Amino acid sequence: MVKRTIMVMAAVLWCCGAALSAGKEMKVGFVYVSPVGDAGYSYAHDMGRKFIEGQDGVTTAFVEAVAEGPDAERVILNMARKGYDLVFATSYGYMDPMLKVAQKFPDIVFMHCSGFKTAPNMGNYFGRMYQARYLTGMVAGSMTRSNTLGYVAAFPIPEVIRGINAFTLGARAVNPNADVRVVWTKTWYDPATEKEAAKSLLDTGADVIAQHQDSPGPQEAAQERGVYSIGYNTDMSAFAPKAHLTAAVWNWGPFYKEMTDAVRNGIWKSGAYWYGMDKDIVDISPMADMVPEKVRTRVAAKKAELIAGTFEPFSGELRDQGGTVRIPAGKSMTDAELLGMDWFVEGVIGSTQ
Amino acid sequence: MISPFRIVKREAPLAWGACLVISGAVLFALGIGMGMLSLQGKPPLSGMGLLLQGAFGSRWALEDCVGKAVPIYLCSLGVAVAFRLQVWNIGAEGQFALGAVGAAWAVYRFSTLPGWTLIPLMMLVAFAAGAFWGLIPAFLKLRMRANEIIVTLMMNYIAIFFLDYLVYGRWKDPSSFGFPMTPTFPDSAVVGRIGGTNLNWGLLLCIVSGLLVWVFFRHTRLGFELKAGGQSLQAARYARLPYENLVVLVMVLSGGLAGWAGFIEASATLNRLQPSIMVGYGYTAIVVAWLAQLNPLYIGIAAFLLAGLRVGGENLQLELQVPAAFGEILEGLILLSVLAASFFIRYRLAPRRRS
Repeated sequence: MVKRTIMVMAAVLWCCGAALSAGKEMKVGFVYVSPVGDAGYSYAHDMGRKFIEGQDGVTTAFVEAVAEGPDAERVILNMARKGYDLVFATSYGYMDPMLKVAQKFPDIVFMHCSGFKTAPNMGNYFGRMYQARYLTGMVAGSMTRSNTLGYVAAFPIPEVIRGINAFTLGARAVNPNADVRVVWTKTWYDPATEKEAAKSLLDTGADVIAQHQDSPGPQEAAQERGVYSIGYNTDMSAFAPKAHLTAAVWNWGPFYKEMTDAVRNGIWKSGAYWYGMDKDIVDISPMADMVPEKVRTRVAAKKAELIAGTFEPFSGELRDQGGTVRIPAGKSMTDAELLGMDWFVEGVIGSTQ
Repeated sequence: MISPFRIVKREAPLAWGACLVISGAVLFALGIGMGMLSLQGKPPLSGMGLLLQGAFGSRWALEDCVGKAVPIYLCSLGVAVAFRLQVWNIGAEGQFALGAVGAAWAVYRFSTLPGWTLIPLMMLVAFAAGAFWGLIPAFLKLRMRANEIIVTLMMNYIAIFFLDYLVYGRWKDPSSFGFPMTPTFPDSAVVGRIGGTNLNWGLLLCIVSGLLVWVFFRHTRLGFELKAGGQSLQAARYARLPYENLVVLVMVLSGGLAGWAGFIEASATLNRLQPSIMVGYGYTAIVVAWLAQLNPLYIGIAAFLLAGLRVGGENLQLELQVPAAFGEILEGLILLSVLAASFFIRYRLAPRRRS
């Protein structure tokens, strides 16, 4: 009798325990570098946040427009103090502040986007956006008549340089005469500056404008001038329906769900998560009607190769702007080389300084 | 149509009544803020509660505010010194940048020195670098009659681009995967924290500088001359005050103090140099200095309250998901209404009588 009671009690306890762990309340915090706005980088992350917000027992919150310097540490620290279980910091400048906080709160999981440092309770993550950039480059290279493509870019850091290079390689794969002109704005989010930068590119004869910026300003500049544009972060066609050909887009939802589930179930592991198109974290948005069928087929075929892993954009022979061979034929760049990329490939007009 | 009121200058500015006027202005702005919250469908009262709680409601919140106020205070104190002589130094931002660059230069040049010599050396170089950046516009003003507002403002851009040039180029950390940041400072170059708190010794630097500036203006002949020169340039000339020397002096002090703010941010907060060290403290400083009527103690209070507003705004965002712009709007509302209200400290409205 006693034995049976104990067994029943144990069974009940076990059930409760299982129910508890499955229903554990998760508080997930997000730190954004720009206002969420209505199209940009932070907006894409926020769509990911909303994707997990709907799940049972998950509550999320965010703080937007957090400067990458001294303020970041305090914002992350406050999330930790308030008992958040998992914090995503979505810009590279948050790396060291997050590391400092992570060392003080070993029981909280921290995830930093786009950097390179990790700790036992801090991982880093990113998506291989350069794969999508390569495809958008193919579209741009096919559509240009002047053979000059314009690229409004934020900061000369590896992430952005990688994107410009992949875009150029894609464009040149379909149009060996295409050149890519780069203008640095030194800001992630400043609609007026971005638009002005796009206009300066248009003045040099560029007839497709691509961007590594968070506002649709460059798209609007292209539409006003009656030329084409390539969006970034999210489908920006609503802002420039006559110009927007396609966009390289983020899809963070599934990744954020994977990480949240892993932390909740206690199986999260620190490390560098750098997912590609095969995991659906990056993609291109539907192509506009202006893009001819021939181009669509070609891009779709390349996309299938990227997903299957049979094609690698950064494989030899790759030359830099000066014509020097950087990657010999038959070799591909390693992840470490990609993460530290600080040189432009042949075909880019501009400087990485 | 003639307004039924006329503006009359008070015989003496309000004393304690001034507190009342200013608090009224702040409450007025907060009231508008609450209206905006309720328009967004957020609870207005608890929203303001969250703002205040995030800023002043716990020990760490207070520490955060003081920590954020430190660089604003130093920049603002410097700006106020120049404003006393009616020299309009808009260049605290650039002087701040140069101070940070100077401090970092000292670190990389003398990295093997122990902390007790390295940190004073960093302070010295940061002060000198900021002062140098203040000296150029002073010189141009005196020799070529160049307007210091334009020159200091333009020199901000030069300073920031110089910092960028170093961080993206010569001083870039080779192990940073190409990210624009210099190598981390050694521990000997990091200004430590006070006791078990989250505050760094920059606070002490603020207090000492504030006291020195106060004593200087209150109890020294030179300080008196500065105040006199600022109140009336012609009177100063008539009294044969050494105006040129005074301009040089205030610009050196002003630049040096902003340089110290850059030193504290680079050493204690970031432990390195990176472009995002520039967040506009040099411009915030100007507003703070005006709000505080150039008084070192009031500057401390204003810097602390402004820091509180920003820190509290983050809490409000986190808890209620209010857009970040709300904090900025509230800040603008408070500044505007306080500045408008301070008009009533010196003037009053009197009803017009029919003649």
